[in-house]
Amino acid sequence: MALVGPSGAGKTTILRALAGLHLARGRISVDGTDWLDSSRGIDVPAEERSVGLVFQEYALFPHLTVRKNVEFGRKGGAALLERFGLAKLADAKPRELSGGERQRVALARALAPDPAVLLLDEPLSALDAHTRGEVRNELQLLLREADRPTLVVTHDFEDAATLAGKVGVLVEGRLRQLGTPAELVASPADPFVASLTGANVIRGLARPIISGLTELELPTGERIRSTDSAEGEAVAVVYPWEITLSQTQPADSAQNHIRGWIASLVPIGNRVRVRLGPITAEITKASSDDLELRVGDPAVASFKATATRLLRQDA
Amino acid sequence: MKHAFTAAAVAAAALALAFLVLPVVALFLRVPLGDLIDALGTPAARDALIVSIKTSAIAHATVLLVGTPAAYAIGRSRFQGRTLVLSLIELPLVLPPAVAGIALLVTFGRLGLLGGTLDALGINVAFTQLAVILAVVFVETPLYLRAAIASFEGVDGTLLEAARTLGARPFRVFARVALPLAGAGLGAASALALARGLGEFGATLLFAGSLQGVTQTLPLAVYAQFEVNLDTALAIGALFVVFGVALLLALKLIPGWTRSISLWTYRSASSPSTSS
Repeated sequence: MALVGPSGAGKTTILRALAGLHLARGRISVDGTDWLDSSRGIDVPAEERSVGLVFQEYALFPHLTVRKNVEFGRKGGAALLERFGLAKLADAKPRELSGGERQRVALARALAPDPAVLLLDEPLSALDAHTRGEVRNELQLLLREADRPTLVVTHDFEDAATLAGKVGVLVEGRLRQLGTPAELVASPADPFVASLTGANVIRGLARPIISGLTELELPTGERIRSTDSAEGEAVAVVYPWEITLSQTQPADSAQNHIRGWIASLVPIGNRVRVRLGPITAEITKASSDDLELRVGDPAVASFKATATRLLRQDA
Repeated sequence: MKHAFTAAAVAAAALALAFLVLPVVALFLRVPLGDLIDALGTPAARDALIVSIKTSAIAHATVLLVGTPAAYAIGRSRFQGRTLVLSLIELPLVLPPAVAGIALLVTFGRLGLLGGTLDALGINVAFTQLAVILAVVFVETPLYLRAAIASFEGVDGTLLEAARTLGARPFRVFARVALPLAGAGLGAASALALARGLGEFGATLLFAGSLQGVTQTLPLAVYAQFEVNLDTALAIGALFVVFGVALLLALKLIPGWTRSISLWTYRSASSPSTSS
């Protein structure tokens, strides 16, 4: 499971409370053993909790070799070093390792005492964008292999969706929504969850119109139609991959057409992320080339009313 | 104008350096080197050397053994009145040594604060080797504690927490993580405190006296021999200079040595083996 939220949401505090490093009130129970129960005065110290914690910057012991780091919690880590592809680096010091290697050492060290629970604090934030994707896939495999209750904390929804089967959205210490990544994308509970999952969130004033649709009037005067119903202040939620771009308004079945000028074109692998007024669209590199899109050109963004969710503004 | 000032500043630096170095050189020039070494063999010098080594060793070991965990406790915790505690630790540093000696005398002396208790236990402190040790501990402790606290404060707290989540109990966290990581700073603190302790004069003189073979340490012997045999006094002075130079070199070289080693291993290891 993963917890996603902006910085300051209390994600790290929750991890530290679970590990016993942060004073907490309430109840923590793992496999029928109480680690914390304020009402009965139980608070098991960190060193006696069966928990593996991978710190944000990994917190490897700089004065110890990779082997000594991994064996700090329990002797005999040879098999673990082998499994994590660290055998060749066993005698290296942490500062000689790359970001991805450090992370594997931190994970191996946390797993060595065979903890009941594994906790990871922003496991990918210490890496540069270049290695991040690769390390994320590697981490996904290692976590699957570790096969135990795992809580990952991150500010990045994509990281959470890759690493966890269930994602909770935490804002200001409160759980806003909990579900599979697909559930969160399909029906975000509120605008914050929607924007966290990468959707366009467009504010406006909603009112029902004939034909059973709802129309959202934007501050710019443009109108967006949705098959959802709402009234008053509301937000439209559209995912970038639901949006098509063209140079002139197409005669198609899409109800929504927003005109604007291309503000930016950012290639991401085989896709291009296009910013047009209040909207971000994601199209293939091939389409972008065919349309000969350039920054500053006028364009039309089209999306269907059926792909447009409406949510209440507050919450 | 600018040139004139630069020249004047350089001249000032040369003057200051000469003023500091000349007396040190003079120590060695007054008497031939062979005579200096012979003078170290006189009973007064030999006795003082033995007293100094013995009392310093015991005092220094005590300071390290008690001061290190104390510095860890103070350096790693935040509590009310911490600033007050830190100020109390530093107080002896700003006291004249003679005041420290008097203070120790009215604490541990026969008529002092704890004198009656110690007397009842059959322990006589003043004017014994124990008094020398206490005086040295008293002047070494603030110096060592202050630097050791700073060293422990500099250790990344996350590493100590990481050790705890890996099941390490408090002593193991201290011994395996905090101590090695504060090591360089503790070493420097220890060396400076040792030098300060060896050179202690005023507090020892007032509290322990200057009895040859019992409480007369090297600095006290310099003072005592000054009127009896100048060669011996000069020889002990030269010994201090040699010790001081060795200490300063060690302080300068050891951190540099560690750094250059680690830089070297980093360079040699990072290029070929990052791929695996």
